[in-house]
Amino acid sequence: MSVSDWEPVIGLEVHAQLLTKSKIFCSCSTAFGAPPNTQVCPVCLGLPGALPALNRGAVEMAVKAGKAFGCQIAERSIWARKNYFYPDLPKGYQISQYELPICKGGAVPVPQPDGNVRKVPLTRIHLEEDAGKNVHGPSGSQVDLNRSGVPLIEIVGEPALRSAEEASEYLKALRLALIYLGINDGNLEEGSFRCDANVSVRRKGTAKLGTRVELKNINSFRFVRLAIDHEIERQVAALERGEKVVQETRLFDNEKGETRPMRTKEEANDYRYFPEPDLPPLAVSREWVAKVPVPKLPHEQLAELLAAGVPAADARTITGDPKLVDLYARIAMAAGNDSARRAANVVTGEVARLLNEGALDLGAPKFQPAQIAEVFRLQDAGTLSSTAAKEVLGELLRTGKPPARIVEEKGLAQVSDESALEAIVDAVIARSPAEVERYKAGKKNLLGFFVGQAMKDLKGKGNPGVLNALFKKRLEPT
Amino acid sequence: MNASLLPLGELARALERGEARPSAVLEECLARTARLDGRLHAFLRLTDAEARSSAKAADERRARKAPLSPIDGVPIGLKDLFCQEGVETTAGSRILQGYAPPYDATVVRKLREAGAVLVGKLNMDEFAMGSSTENSAYGPTRNPWDLERTPGGSSGGSAAAVAARLVPGTLGTDTGGSIRQPAALTGVVGLKPTYGRVSRYGIVAFASSLDQVGPVAQDVRGAALLLRAIAGHDPNDQTSSLRPVPDYAAALEMPVRGLTLGVPAEYFGDGLDPAVEKSVRSAISALEREGCAVKPISLPNSPHAIAAYYLVATAEASSNLARYDGVRYGYRAPEARSLLDLYEKTRAAGFGAEVKRRILLGTYALSAGYYDAYYLRAQKIRALIRRDFDQAFSAGVDAVASPTSPWPAFRLGEKVDDPLAMYLNDIYTVPANLAGLPGISIPSGFTSSGLPIGFQLIGRPFEEANLLRLARAAERALALPHRLPPLVTS
Repeated sequence: MSVSDWEPVIGLEVHAQLLTKSKIFCSCSTAFGAPPNTQVCPVCLGLPGALPALNRGAVEMAVKAGKAFGCQIAERSIWARKNYFYPDLPKGYQISQYELPICKGGAVPVPQPDGNVRKVPLTRIHLEEDAGKNVHGPSGSQVDLNRSGVPLIEIVGEPALRSAEEASEYLKALRLALIYLGINDGNLEEGSFRCDANVSVRRKGTAKLGTRVELKNINSFRFVRLAIDHEIERQVAALERGEKVVQETRLFDNEKGETRPMRTKEEANDYRYFPEPDLPPLAVSREWVAKVPVPKLPHEQLAELLAAGVPAADARTITGDPKLVDLYARIAMAAGNDSARRAANVVTGEVARLLNEGALDLGAPKFQPAQIAEVFRLQDAGTLSSTAAKEVLGELLRTGKPPARIVEEKGLAQVSDESALEAIVDAVIARSPAEVERYKAGKKNLLGFFVGQAMKDLKGKGNPGVLNALFKKRLEPT
Repeated sequence: MNASLLPLGELARALERGEARPSAVLEECLARTARLDGRLHAFLRLTDAEARSSAKAADERRARKAPLSPIDGVPIGLKDLFCQEGVETTAGSRILQGYAPPYDATVVRKLREAGAVLVGKLNMDEFAMGSSTENSAYGPTRNPWDLERTPGGSSGGSAAAVAARLVPGTLGTDTGGSIRQPAALTGVVGLKPTYGRVSRYGIVAFASSLDQVGPVAQDVRGAALLLRAIAGHDPNDQTSSLRPVPDYAAALEMPVRGLTLGVPAEYFGDGLDPAVEKSVRSAISALEREGCAVKPISLPNSPHAIAAYYLVATAEASSNLARYDGVRYGYRAPEARSLLDLYEKTRAAGFGAEVKRRILLGTYALSAGYYDAYYLRAQKIRALIRRDFDQAFSAGVDAVASPTSPWPAFRLGEKVDDPLAMYLNDIYTVPANLAGLPGISIPSGFTSSGLPIGFQLIGRPFEEANLLRLARAAERALALPHRLPPLVTS
């Protein structure tokens, strides 16, 4: 017996902070990184007498996710209180949704390496408020409530995943989709995208689910795989020893790479959910839902790029980052018909290189996509060689200077004007009688020598195509 | 003239006519409070400095004939669960001792905007849990009609202060009868508006789906003026109604001929003090003489109200009171060894016995495995109670008439060790909270030993104007002899 005799069953629960400017039940800012307890008010501090007032912006984002994943969106959903004691939970309960969530069903499209798209089913998506944060230091523990009341959606996946790898793929696809939707920043380190995993194993070929263990504290894609793989092995080993898996919550220790028990079922909180009496049921009309715009999801974008003729590798790179998609689209738009491949090339080439070097910030770009199209035109007109075009692009992306000025400042314009080049061609022919003889005798590869000579005189700025044609015309009388 | 002895509705007229001056009224109130409140214990603290400066500002507006509202310059007391910026607000609990909120409750803001003079904070049962004010961590309030007796509760301080003429008007809250029962026991008018009529923002919560703010005054007109000042939608309380607020005082004197009173058999059963029943029936007859039709009705689910109430209210309370954990504000137990220890010690020492009892009850009612049998079933009973009222209303009843409390003021200590007997205080008032309906208690007479008796009218949702008109008609028709509590004349 071994791991291969067992089938893991995995379901993920993702908490994603919504990118609203203000909190879900008050008007405090949601910005990350402010000094502790500076973005707070009576409501998110849970002061006596304070009451929640719903921010519809958070509802709109949840609806956006629900529409994108094909969920049923409830016209009437119910807020519920989840009761438990913890210092970072100022009211002693979290306002969440329980029996009637805003979204039910649906699926997350997960693009597969073979180009297909797998739909991983969802149980539900519900809205809730985030808790604050306990900060443990040498002088004791303190509580920062800046995060208290930041809107979250919890996206509960069905136990449809069968390996750590699948779980990781699902999580990546979900994260990217939320970023595309503009409702989450996908930042695992800052905790704005958090994942808990429910893991069980069963003997292959059996239908009954095994006892499930909940894993918490997984804050990177690598840890998702490590934590789940470790947990699968732990459960299989226990079962093969004839032991039972205990239903419990385990914490992933990312330094030791293992999970350890946090609390058992007996110790589990009884959250005593009940409908939140301070908020009326959440009403979402069909008309309003219909008006919520849903941008393209990554797999749709990928298909579109491939259809436009962008090579698969480039298309994957670009669709991996909605900022790149946006830039690509704007360049292609500015450059006009049939520029898809070329626009993609700039994005995966010069843009990606400068992003890697940290020399470019797509959040605050200095250039205009139309300027990139202008570089394409200079190249098409013969003013720029392909090497020179790359140099102009690099400078443009970094500085936003007009391409024409870059060309001028760097002296990158190539000479394509035949009348300007003819004198040079004449001079090269005049000073190379022996080579001219041999060429005329049939040594045609000497054409490269002549062009080379001319380029030398032109300090490399001659248009090689035009020079080729001129030499041929002079040396091969028609 | 001793303007501070006038009922609020009359005082408002006197102020309007320039026959009384806000600062003078305030000084009379403060002097009477200084003389009597040592024995009464209605106020937990006075905000006299702030009150004097707002009275002075009101003097100036009144002199210019530019009042902010009919209650501009009227001294008002607040039950100690209304958050008032910078003023200690304890909700009668040790756990909030020393806590001064950084913000005003919406109704406090509205009172300021109406020019009311905020005089101080009034005693109450801890977290509004109780019917005698004996559950206050700061000692009980006494009934001005008999200092050995309770003024009722939980808004006992609010009712006693008006009855003893310490202030012409106060605000209380009513979760299961906490305005109406003490109003009845002290011989004043107390109104619980429709759920959602008045904002709950900034009011220390007991049971969110039942709590409602309301006025206490000596006269119906005073209650109407105060309600007008505090009612209305508040974006900070999403359970508050968007319906416009009428001028409640305007229609008070209109005839009530043609209105129908329903008298529910279930509200006149066993346990009702015969003197109370006699007085209430005489009030109903008085309204009949004013032209009201009176018809017997049945509200068959009302007898289950107390049971349902003590599940719904305690469930919500168990959650609402979770925030008092010693971490952020209020009392914190010293020398806790761990987080759990901090919670346990803080809550053990910070809460009184009745509050702990209700937190335990509510926690139990919501627990896994018990939720359906208790909380959910209580909510179903609640819906049935509301349906009973709806049926009476759609059969033409404009208001339901009943006693407010089964008995007049009882002795301090008489029921404090018997929670179930104490809970029966609210047997006639709780149904209106569960159904979200407006209810008013007005004086109907006195027992032979001189204790006040109140009778209750329960109206259609958001028809406070009708309810106040009926109450005013009863007040007029009964024309009770003007009597001051012995404490005041002592």
